[in-house]
Amino acid sequence: MSVLIQEEDFDLASELTTLRSGNSKVGAMVSFVGLVRDFSHNETIESIYLEYYPGMTEKALNKIISEATERWSLINVRVIHRIGQLFANDQIVLVATTALHRGEAFAGCEFIIDYLKTAAPFWKKEQTREGSQWLETRETDVKRMEHWHNDTVRKSA
Amino acid sequence: MKIELVYFGRPREHLKLSRETADVPAEASTLAGLLAWLRLRGDTWAQELADSRVRCAINQEFAGLPAAINENDEIAIFSPISGG
Repeated sequence: MSVLIQEEDFDLASELTTLRSGNSKVGAMVSFVGLVRDFSHNETIESIYLEYYPGMTEKALNKIISEATERWSLINVRVIHRIGQLFANDQIVLVATTALHRGEAFAGCEFIIDYLKTAAPFWKKEQTREGSQWLETRETDVKRMEHWHNDTVRKSA
Repeated sequence: MKIELVYFGRPREHLKLSRETADVPAEASTLAGLLAWLRLRGDTWAQELADSRVRCAINQEFAGLPAAINENDEIAIFSPISGG
């Protein structure tokens, strides 16, 4: 289980190779990669800027991972979140999980990215030709996170 | 009462301040009281730190407006988060 916050890009293939290495029980590996879009509210985005709260952000991410591993038998988890200035098509975030079976790997991965969106302290500013704007928590992200509190979902996978 | 204040996101940029040590009066011993006290610093502060526009953390844990503040706490004030 590990969390990394960095300005540098990451290489998906090598992250996955490391994540699964040394454990022949891994039967499923799921990864989610978030990317920078070049549009928002019909405006062209030139770049985005991301900042975080050193200390609290790592703590929040580790807590989200702990909750995921309490719900599902995950063998390993890797979360990488980039900060600083990013451009369209850049990778922003990686969430990767390994498990014995795909159900747990899928559910754990989805849970972690849904929680990250609403419970990990990151701040994102979009730069467009018209100016810049700090984004705020989206209602759709809150809804996705809340759906994990539902009892049937809680017991699934 | 001395506390550490850290700012992130929109308020950090608009207040041009990332961190400060503040000596706060007794009435600022909850997050709501602290925000009200900081808003007295001027128009930009009043606008940026409106209760509805900021979220807070005490010693790196999210906390609501009624939460109590103690000596040497690290209080973070920030705009709603948006990661991922």
